[in-house]
Amino acid sequence: MSDIILTQEQIKRYARQLIMPEIGGKGQVKLLKSKAIVVGAGGLGSAAIQYLAGAGVGKIGIVDGDSVDITNLQRQTIHAGNLGMNKAESAAKFVKTLNPDVEVEVYPENVNVNNVRDIIREYDVVVDCTDNFPSRFLLNDACVMEKIPLVHSAVLRFIGEIMTIVPDSACYRCVFPEAPPPGSVPSCQEAGIAGVATGIFGVMQATEAIKLILGLEILENKMLYADLLTMEFDLIDIRKDRNCPVCSGKVKDLQEESYVETCRIE
Amino acid sequence: MLRHAELNDSNDRIEVLDLRDENCPFTFIKTKLKLEEMKKGEELKVIFSDEVTARDVAKSLTSEGHEVLEVLEIHGAQLKGIDGWMLRVRCGR
Repeated sequence: MSDIILTQEQIKRYARQLIMPEIGGKGQVKLLKSKAIVVGAGGLGSAAIQYLAGAGVGKIGIVDGDSVDITNLQRQTIHAGNLGMNKAESAAKFVKTLNPDVEVEVYPENVNVNNVRDIIREYDVVVDCTDNFPSRFLLNDACVMEKIPLVHSAVLRFIGEIMTIVPDSACYRCVFPEAPPPGSVPSCQEAGIAGVATGIFGVMQATEAIKLILGLEILENKMLYADLLTMEFDLIDIRKDRNCPVCSGKVKDLQEESYVETCRIE
Repeated sequence: MLRHAELNDSNDRIEVLDLRDENCPFTFIKTKLKLEEMKKGEELKVIFSDEVTARDVAKSLTSEGHEVLEVLEIHGAQLKGIDGWMLRVRCGR
Protein backbone atom coordinates (compact mmCIF):
# COMPACT_ATOMS: atom_id res chain seq x y z
CA MET A 1 0.00 0.00 0.00
CA SER A 2 1.23 3.47 -0.79
CA ASP A 3 2.31 5.73 2.04
CA ILE A 4 1.04 8.92 0.38
CA ILE A 5 -2.64 9.71 0.70
CA LEU A 6 -3.92 12.11 -1.91
CA THR A 7 -5.46 15.28 -0.49
CA GLN A 8 -8.89 16.50 -1.63
CA GLU A 9 -7.11 19.19 -3.65
CA GLN A 10 -4.86 16.60 -5.32
CA ILE A 11 -7.88 14.45 -6.16
CA LYS A 12 -9.29 17.48 -7.98
CA ARG A 13 -6.00 18.54 -9.57
CA TYR A 14 -5.27 15.10 -11.00
CA ALA A 15 -8.90 14.02 -11.60
CA ARG A 16 -8.50 13.62 -15.36
CA GLN A 17 -5.63 11.18 -14.97
CA LEU A 18 -6.90 9.45 -11.81
CA ILE A 19 -9.85 8.30 -13.93
CA MET A 20 -7.63 6.35 -16.31
CA PRO A 21 -6.84 2.72 -15.51
CA GLU A 22 -3.19 3.25 -16.53
CA ILE A 23 -2.70 5.88 -13.81
CA GLY A 24 -5.30 5.89 -11.03
CA GLY A 25 -4.37 6.59 -7.42
CA LYS A 26 -1.43 4.20 -7.35
CA GLY A 27 0.06 5.68 -10.50
CA GLN A 28 -0.42 9.19 -9.18
CA VAL A 29 1.43 8.31 -5.99
CA LYS A 30 4.25 6.85 -8.11
CA LEU A 31 4.43 10.12 -10.03
CA LEU A 32 4.43 12.22 -6.85
CA LYS A 33 7.25 10.12 -5.42
CA SER A 34 9.33 10.24 -8.62
CA LYS A 35 12.21 12.49 -9.59
CA ALA A 36 12.96 13.59 -13.15
CA ILE A 37 15.75 15.82 -14.38
CA VAL A 38 15.49 17.82 -17.57
CA VAL A 39 18.82 18.80 -19.06
CA GLY A 40 18.35 21.88 -21.22
CA ALA A 41 15.46 24.29 -20.71
CA GLY A 42 15.26 25.30 -24.37
CA GLY A 43 12.65 24.27 -26.92
CA LEU A 44 12.40 20.60 -25.98
CA GLY A 45 12.82 21.28 -22.27
CA SER A 46 10.24 24.03 -22.32
CA ALA A 47 7.58 21.57 -23.48
CA ALA A 48 8.76 18.58 -21.43
CA ILE A 49 8.97 20.49 -18.15
CA GLN A 50 5.44 21.90 -18.44
CA TYR A 51 3.83 18.48 -18.79
CA LEU A 52 6.00 16.73 -16.22
CA ALA A 53 4.97 19.45 -13.78
CA GLY A 54 1.31 19.22 -14.73
CA ALA A 55 1.28 15.45 -14.23
CA GLY A 56 2.64 15.86 -10.71
CA VAL A 57 6.14 14.44 -10.99
CA GLY A 58 7.26 15.05 -7.39
CA LYS A 59 10.67 16.51 -8.05
CA ILE A 60 11.97 18.08 -11.24
CA GLY A 61 15.59 19.06 -11.70
CA ILE A 62 16.25 21.68 -14.38
CA VAL A 63 19.73 22.17 -15.80
CA ASP A 64 20.65 25.14 -18.00
CA GLY A 65 23.46 27.67 -17.88
CA ASP A 66 22.04 30.05 -20.51
CA SER A 67 19.75 33.01 -20.07
CA VAL A 68 16.56 33.82 -21.95
CA ASP A 69 17.04 35.70 -25.21
CA ILE A 70 14.33 37.11 -27.47
CA THR A 71 15.28 34.65 -30.26
CA ASN A 72 14.29 31.80 -27.88
CA LEU A 73 10.66 32.80 -27.39
CA GLN A 74 9.43 31.48 -30.76
CA ARG A 75 9.69 27.98 -29.27
CA GLN A 76 10.72 28.26 -25.61
CA THR A 77 7.33 29.35 -24.40
CA ILE A 78 7.96 28.47 -20.75
CA HIS A 79 10.10 31.62 -20.49
CA ALA A 80 7.30 34.13 -21.17
CA GLY A 81 8.15 37.45 -19.56
CA ASN A 82 11.56 36.35 -18.33
CA LEU A 83 14.03 37.89 -20.80
CA GLY A 84 17.56 37.89 -19.41
CA MET A 85 16.80 35.44 -16.60
CA ASN A 86 18.69 32.16 -16.28
CA LYS A 87 16.63 29.53 -18.16
CA ALA A 88 16.61 26.99 -15.34
CA GLU A 89 15.41 29.68 -12.90
CA SER A 90 12.81 30.90 -15.38
CA ALA A 91 11.42 27.40 -16.01
CA ALA A 92 11.36 26.73 -12.25
CA LYS A 93 9.22 29.84 -11.78
CA PHE A 94 6.65 28.42 -14.20
CA VAL A 95 6.60 25.04 -12.47
CA LYS A 96 6.03 26.56 -9.03
CA THR A 97 3.14 28.64 -10.36
CA LEU A 98 1.53 25.71 -12.17
CA ASN A 99 1.83 23.05 -9.49
CA PRO A 100 2.95 23.59 -5.89
CA ASP A 101 3.13 19.79 -5.43
CA VAL A 102 6.35 19.78 -7.44
CA GLU A 103 9.69 20.40 -5.78
CA VAL A 104 12.12 22.06 -8.19
CA GLU A 105 15.89 21.89 -8.08
CA VAL A 106 17.65 24.46 -10.25
CA TYR A 107 21.10 23.84 -11.74
CA PRO A 108 22.08 27.13 -13.44
CA GLU A 109 24.99 25.51 -15.27
CA ASN A 110 25.70 23.26 -18.22
CA VAL A 111 26.58 19.59 -17.85
CA ASN A 112 30.21 18.55 -18.32
CA VAL A 113 32.42 15.54 -17.66
CA ASN A 114 33.07 16.66 -14.08
CA ASN A 115 29.55 17.46 -12.86
CA VAL A 116 27.13 15.31 -14.87
CA ARG A 117 27.21 12.07 -12.86
CA ASP A 118 26.75 13.89 -9.55
CA ILE A 119 23.89 15.96 -10.95
CA ILE A 120 21.85 13.06 -12.37
CA ARG A 121 22.57 10.47 -9.66
CA GLU A 122 19.57 11.11 -7.40
CA TYR A 123 17.00 11.07 -10.23
CA ASP A 124 14.80 8.25 -11.56
CA VAL A 125 14.87 9.47 -15.16
CA VAL A 126 16.93 11.93 -17.22
CA VAL A 127 15.35 13.85 -20.08
CA ASP A 128 17.90 14.97 -22.67
CA CYS A 129 16.74 18.29 -24.07
CA THR A 130 20.19 19.52 -25.07
CA ASP A 131 21.02 20.97 -28.47
CA ASN A 132 24.49 19.62 -29.28
CA PHE A 133 26.23 16.31 -29.89
CA PRO A 134 28.82 16.42 -27.08
CA SER A 135 26.07 16.90 -24.47
CA ARG A 136 23.99 14.05 -25.95
CA PHE A 137 26.90 11.62 -25.88
CA LEU A 138 27.86 12.81 -22.41
CA LEU A 139 24.33 12.25 -21.05
CA ASN A 140 24.03 8.87 -22.75
CA ASP A 141 27.33 7.66 -21.33
CA ALA A 142 26.67 9.06 -17.85
CA CYS A 143 23.18 7.51 -17.74
CA VAL A 144 24.46 4.10 -18.89
CA MET A 145 27.21 4.24 -16.23
CA GLU A 146 24.79 5.34 -13.49
CA LYS A 147 22.09 2.90 -14.73
CA ILE A 148 19.52 5.69 -14.96
CA PRO A 149 16.92 5.68 -17.77
CA LEU A 150 17.34 8.42 -20.37
CA VAL A 151 14.83 9.90 -22.79
CA HIS A 152 16.70 11.29 -25.80
CA SER A 153 15.32 13.59 -28.44
CA ALA A 154 16.72 15.93 -31.05
CA VAL A 155 14.97 18.17 -33.58
CA LEU A 156 15.88 20.30 -36.58
CA ARG A 157 13.58 22.24 -38.90
CA PHE A 158 10.44 20.06 -39.08
CA ILE A 159 12.07 16.73 -38.25
CA GLY A 160 12.82 15.01 -35.01
CA GLU A 161 13.76 11.76 -33.33
CA ILE A 162 13.11 10.27 -29.93
CA MET A 163 14.27 7.12 -28.15
CA THR A 164 14.36 5.89 -24.57
CA ILE A 165 17.42 4.19 -23.15
CA VAL A 166 17.13 1.94 -20.11
CA PRO A 167 19.77 -0.31 -18.50
CA ASP A 168 20.45 -3.22 -20.91
CA SER A 169 18.66 -1.66 -23.90
CA ALA A 170 20.40 -0.25 -26.95
CA CYS A 171 21.95 3.10 -26.08
CA TYR A 172 22.42 6.27 -28.12
CA ARG A 173 25.97 5.20 -29.02
CA CYS A 174 24.67 1.86 -30.35
CA VAL A 175 22.71 3.86 -32.94
CA PHE A 176 25.20 6.69 -33.45
CA PRO A 177 28.76 5.60 -32.54
CA GLU A 178 30.00 9.09 -33.29
CA ALA A 179 28.81 12.59 -34.07
CA PRO A 180 28.83 13.73 -37.68
CA PRO A 181 31.95 15.73 -38.56
CA PRO A 182 31.69 19.33 -37.35
CA GLY A 183 30.08 21.48 -40.03
CA SER A 184 28.31 18.61 -41.82
CA VAL A 185 25.08 19.03 -39.89
CA PRO A 186 23.69 22.55 -39.81
CA SER A 187 23.08 23.96 -36.38
CA CYS A 188 19.76 25.27 -35.17
CA GLN A 189 20.95 28.81 -35.98
CA GLU A 190 21.88 27.88 -39.57
CA ALA A 191 19.07 25.50 -40.48
CA GLY A 192 16.23 26.92 -38.45
CA ILE A 193 13.82 25.14 -36.21
CA ALA A 194 10.05 25.02 -36.16
CA GLY A 195 8.79 25.90 -32.70
CA VAL A 196 6.10 23.25 -33.01
CA ALA A 197 8.72 20.56 -33.63
CA THR A 198 10.37 21.22 -30.28
CA GLY A 199 6.93 21.33 -28.68
CA ILE A 200 5.81 18.00 -30.11
CA PHE A 201 9.03 16.16 -29.35
CA GLY A 202 9.40 17.74 -25.92
CA VAL A 203 5.89 16.64 -24.99
CA MET A 204 6.70 13.16 -26.32
CA GLN A 205 9.74 13.11 -24.04
CA ALA A 206 7.52 13.95 -21.07
CA THR A 207 5.18 11.17 -22.23
CA GLU A 208 8.04 8.67 -22.23
CA ALA A 209 9.28 9.79 -18.81
CA ILE A 210 5.77 9.55 -17.33
CA LYS A 211 5.19 6.08 -18.83
CA LEU A 212 8.55 4.95 -17.58
CA ILE A 213 7.68 6.07 -14.03
CA LEU A 214 4.32 4.28 -14.31
CA GLY A 215 5.86 1.08 -15.69
CA LEU A 216 4.08 1.36 -19.05
CA GLU A 217 5.48 0.53 -22.50
CA ILE A 218 8.21 2.88 -23.70
CA LEU A 219 10.40 3.39 -26.80
CA GLU A 220 12.96 0.83 -25.63
CA ASN A 221 15.09 -0.51 -28.51
CA LYS A 222 13.00 1.68 -30.78
CA MET A 223 13.45 5.10 -32.28
CA LEU A 224 10.57 7.22 -33.47
CA TYR A 225 11.53 9.46 -36.37
CA ALA A 226 9.03 11.99 -37.66
CA ASP A 227 8.86 14.52 -40.47
CA LEU A 228 6.22 17.03 -39.47
CA LEU A 229 6.06 18.50 -42.99
CA THR A 230 4.82 15.26 -44.53
CA MET A 231 3.49 13.95 -41.21
CA GLU A 232 5.31 10.66 -41.77
CA PHE A 233 6.11 8.91 -38.52
CA ASP A 234 8.49 5.94 -38.61
CA LEU A 235 9.02 3.60 -35.70
CA ILE A 236 12.42 2.05 -36.23
CA ASP A 237 13.64 -1.07 -34.41
CA ILE A 238 17.16 -0.62 -33.12
CA ARG A 239 19.57 -3.19 -31.81
CA LYS A 240 22.10 -3.17 -29.04
CA ASP A 241 25.64 -3.12 -30.39
CA ARG A 242 27.59 -5.82 -28.54
CA ASN A 243 30.76 -3.86 -29.22
CA CYS A 244 29.41 -0.53 -28.01
CA PRO A 245 32.21 0.83 -25.81
CA VAL A 246 29.77 2.26 -23.28
CA CYS A 247 26.80 -0.05 -22.79
CA SER A 248 28.96 -3.18 -23.10
CA GLY A 249 30.60 -1.94 -19.90
CA LYS A 250 34.08 -1.57 -21.42
CA VAL A 251 34.38 2.12 -20.61
CA LYS A 252 33.66 2.84 -16.96
CA ASP A 253 34.55 6.51 -16.58
CA LEU A 254 33.86 9.67 -18.49
CA GLN A 255 36.96 11.05 -20.19
CA GLU A 256 37.22 14.66 -21.31
CA GLU A 257 38.58 13.67 -24.75
CA SER A 258 35.47 11.59 -25.57
CA TYR A 259 33.29 14.68 -25.90
CA VAL A 260 35.04 16.75 -28.51
CA GLU A 261 34.50 16.78 -32.27
CA THR A 262 33.16 13.32 -33.28
CA CYS A 263 32.85 12.19 -29.63
CA ARG A 264 34.03 8.74 -30.70
CA ILE A 265 35.39 6.37 -28.07
CA GLU A 266 37.96 3.94 -29.44
CA MET B 1 -38.24 -3.53 -9.55
CA LEU B 2 -36.38 -2.38 -6.46
CA ARG B 3 -34.82 -4.79 -4.11
CA HIS B 4 -33.86 -3.89 -0.60
CA ALA B 5 -30.50 -4.80 0.79
CA GLU B 6 -30.08 -6.07 4.27
CA LEU B 7 -27.85 -3.33 5.57
CA ASN B 8 -28.67 -3.54 9.23
CA ASP B 9 -26.68 -6.66 9.94
CA SER B 10 -24.46 -5.77 12.90
CA ASN B 11 -21.89 -8.31 11.75
CA ASP B 12 -21.67 -6.43 8.47
CA ARG B 13 -18.03 -5.38 8.23
CA ILE B 14 -18.36 -4.13 4.70
CA GLU B 15 -17.18 -0.57 4.41
CA VAL B 16 -19.67 2.10 3.35
CA LEU B 17 -18.62 5.15 1.38
CA ASP B 18 -21.13 8.01 1.32
CA LEU B 19 -20.66 9.99 -1.89
CA ARG B 20 -24.08 11.66 -2.04
CA ASP B 21 -22.49 15.12 -2.04
CA GLU B 22 -20.05 14.38 -4.86
CA ASN B 23 -20.48 15.12 -8.56
CA CYS B 24 -19.09 13.40 -11.66
CA PRO B 25 -16.23 12.56 -12.13
CA PHE B 26 -15.46 12.49 -8.38
CA THR B 27 -18.20 9.96 -7.71
CA PHE B 28 -16.21 7.47 -9.80
CA ILE B 29 -12.74 8.68 -8.80
CA LYS B 30 -13.39 8.42 -5.05
CA THR B 31 -14.93 4.97 -5.43
CA LYS B 32 -11.97 3.89 -7.53
CA LEU B 33 -9.41 5.28 -5.05
CA LYS B 34 -11.15 3.42 -2.20
CA LEU B 35 -11.05 0.17 -4.18
CA GLU B 36 -7.34 0.67 -4.88
CA GLU B 37 -6.72 0.52 -1.12
CA MET B 38 -8.65 -2.74 -0.81
CA LYS B 39 -7.69 -6.32 -1.50
CA LYS B 40 -9.05 -8.38 -4.36
CA GLY B 41 -12.34 -10.02 -3.37
CA GLU B 42 -13.23 -7.50 -0.64
CA GLU B 43 -16.59 -5.79 -0.83
CA LEU B 44 -17.50 -2.11 -0.72
CA LYS B 45 -20.84 -0.31 -0.51
CA VAL B 46 -21.08 3.15 -1.99
CA ILE B 47 -24.06 5.48 -1.64
CA PHE B 48 -24.91 7.98 -4.37
CA SER B 49 -27.63 10.61 -4.51
CA ASP B 50 -29.39 9.24 -7.57
CA GLU B 51 -29.82 6.24 -9.81
CA VAL B 52 -28.13 7.66 -12.93
CA THR B 53 -24.93 8.34 -11.00
CA ALA B 54 -24.95 4.90 -9.39
CA ARG B 55 -25.39 3.19 -12.76
CA ASP B 56 -22.72 5.35 -14.46
CA VAL B 57 -20.20 4.53 -11.75
CA ALA B 58 -21.17 0.85 -11.96
CA LYS B 59 -20.40 0.86 -15.67
CA SER B 60 -16.98 2.48 -15.15
CA LEU B 61 -16.09 0.07 -12.33
CA THR B 62 -17.01 -2.91 -14.51
CA SER B 63 -14.72 -1.67 -17.28
CA GLU B 64 -11.88 -1.44 -14.74
CA GLY B 65 -12.32 -5.08 -13.82
CA HIS B 66 -14.37 -4.80 -10.63
CA GLU B 67 -17.47 -6.91 -10.06
CA VAL B 68 -20.64 -4.90 -9.52
CA LEU B 69 -22.90 -7.04 -7.32
CA GLU B 70 -25.98 -4.80 -7.23
CA VAL B 71 -27.35 -1.29 -7.61
CA LEU B 72 -30.46 -0.52 -5.59
CA GLU B 73 -32.40 2.21 -3.85
CA ILE B 74 -32.13 2.41 -0.08
CA HIS B 75 -34.14 4.19 2.56
CA GLY B 76 -33.24 5.74 5.87
CA ALA B 77 -34.35 2.86 8.01
CA GLN B 78 -31.91 0.53 6.28
CA LEU B 79 -28.61 2.31 6.59
CA LYS B 80 -27.68 4.88 9.20
CA GLY B 81 -30.59 7.10 8.23
CA ILE B 82 -29.29 7.39 4.69
CA ASP B 83 -31.53 7.73 1.63
CA GLY B 84 -30.01 7.22 -1.77
CA TRP B 85 -28.81 4.69 -4.30
CA MET B 86 -26.38 2.05 -3.22
CA LEU B 87 -23.84 0.22 -5.31
CA ARG B 88 -22.31 -2.94 -3.95
CA VAL B 89 -19.03 -3.89 -5.60
CA ARG B 90 -16.39 -6.57 -5.15
CA CYS B 91 -12.81 -5.46 -5.66
CA GLY B 92 -11.51 -7.19 -8.77
CA ARG B 93 -7.86 -6.15 -8.86
